[in-house]
Amino acid sequence: MSNDLTITEKIFSRASGRPVKAGDFVMASIDRAMTHDITGPLAVEGFYEIMRDEKEKKVWDPGKIIILFDHQVPADSLNAAKNHILLRKFAKDQKIKHFYDLHEGICHQVMPEKGHVLPGQLVVGSDSHTCAYGAVGAFGTGIGSTDMAAVFALGRLWFRVPETIRFEVDGKLGDRVYSKDIILKLIGDVGADGARYKACEYAGDAIRSLDMSQRMTISNMAIEMGGKAGIIEPDRTTEAYVRQRSKGFKLDRGLKSDKGAEYSEVREYDAGELEPQVACPHNVDNVVDVGKVEGKKIDQVFLGSCTNGRFEDLKTAAEVMDGRPVAKGVRMIVIPASHTEYMKVLKAGLVEEFMNAGALVESPCCGPCMGGSFGLLGPGEVGLSTSNRNFKGRQGSPEAFVYLCSPATAAASAIKGKIADPRSV
Amino acid sequence: MARKTTKKTVVENRRELSRAWKFGDDVDTDAIIPGRFLIINDAKELAKHAFEGVRPDFRPSPGDVVVAGENFGCGSSREHAPLALKGAGIKCVIAKSFARIFFRNSVNIGLPMLECEDAGRISDGDVLEVEGDVIRNLTKGETYRTAPLPEFLEEIVRAGGLIEYAREIVAKEHKK
Repeated sequence: MSNDLTITEKIFSRASGRPVKAGDFVMASIDRAMTHDITGPLAVEGFYEIMRDEKEKKVWDPGKIIILFDHQVPADSLNAAKNHILLRKFAKDQKIKHFYDLHEGICHQVMPEKGHVLPGQLVVGSDSHTCAYGAVGAFGTGIGSTDMAAVFALGRLWFRVPETIRFEVDGKLGDRVYSKDIILKLIGDVGADGARYKACEYAGDAIRSLDMSQRMTISNMAIEMGGKAGIIEPDRTTEAYVRQRSKGFKLDRGLKSDKGAEYSEVREYDAGELEPQVACPHNVDNVVDVGKVEGKKIDQVFLGSCTNGRFEDLKTAAEVMDGRPVAKGVRMIVIPASHTEYMKVLKAGLVEEFMNAGALVESPCCGPCMGGSFGLLGPGEVGLSTSNRNFKGRQGSPEAFVYLCSPATAAASAIKGKIADPRSV
Repeated sequence: MARKTTKKTVVENRRELSRAWKFGDDVDTDAIIPGRFLIINDAKELAKHAFEGVRPDFRPSPGDVVVAGENFGCGSSREHAPLALKGAGIKCVIAKSFARIFFRNSVNIGLPMLECEDAGRISDGDVLEVEGDVIRNLTKGETYRTAPLPEFLEEIVRAGGLIEYAREIVAKEHKK
């Protein structure tokens, strides 16, 4: 067996204190743990259940736990308000260092943005899109509330070290084709369970040329093919991003997959051949070139979410719209992913542009993505969204239809009132 | 029939007839429990809304089982999904394969997940008897085997779930 390791095997070897390879079961030390207003309350209950016989009911490390509210912001029901109260009390009692109330934004944006995730770390979050932290070269993975309760108590958790599928994406993306189109294409090819139990590793020129915003989009959606993580080897782009957020950070140059590392599969793509992609109802792997669904009438466009709610995404959308109004009969909801991103959007004059175009611009949160809060679709309605899931009933009625696409495609469609190729407007 | 104690892992050796509630491939967590109900933390309350959007007739009796194809439970990390099934009295889920986080969550809360390549042979409404790692389909007169849990996970299940497993570790470490 080769001694060459994947980046994932290296991270687990460090976190479990012994050399491990894919297939090994380990108890690994957790570097950072994130929870939010949906899955947090159950984790807190679980934690106190674990500690019920202990006099000192203290979490393992209050500096390494991050709690924030993003799914139901501001509280949209009495139960949501009660859950917020429960988590505020927990954060206070446990002296949680990084507790973000209503103000800060979506977990997967805030975590890297505030420097809570560093390359090479093992980070867990009780949210399936925690795989987004692979964009900064961390092994980020989603866990449930009981898993999180155990992490609060122990600071470690069991894992099976995953095999890796490596996606080599070379070439240059065409005009108005983005990382969202790359990831939708990969998911469509591999299928909803094609990377089940595995780490997805994205490599190649096309990936290396992406800025951090576009990398986050691609890592974010690894879970949509069943992936446990969506990791991109950290490079100069990563280092520059992390340095601005974590003083004195120095990148370990060895933090990459070795040449002879073993993969369960290597898949190669040419970014130059890629068209804008759309995921059709009701599965994320139901992906087609935009041309196949062009002209489909839509009722609502949602531009936002942890997948595509950053300044760069909104700027791209505004450029495509170029001052043209949202089509009559179409609702457009725009939500920057975090306070920081909101302020950038605001200063660049984009809030005004979107408002003048007839869109609603909401304060930072997950918005309609999870279908728990506002902006829901009614029976028979068609929504186009830059978020990550189009499951039946995900954004409201089970009789609604959700299509997923890039911010550029969403913007072009908003002004046309139907699904449109962003290169055609 | 003598069984190793570790086999309680999966399903208790209690004679009980179960009705199969059959689903297809890629059953996602939004289908199991839609997002608007995640403000509820109680299993019994969640159970009232299980499969509400996609299968409104889902009204299982205690001991019934959910049967599905590939990738059951894909999507969200919401533990509300296995909790809703547990709250509805579902004895276990039998599927060809499970999504990763859902599988973990179920092990952690003690809802058995049985991986079975013959899951596709079971039809909606079939009467089953699930005992240990054997599934008897009384409607069709067939018997299926389920894949064993990895040994590492059996340890957690033997402890009574992740909460108990973690309690044991905390107790040991505080004695030191």
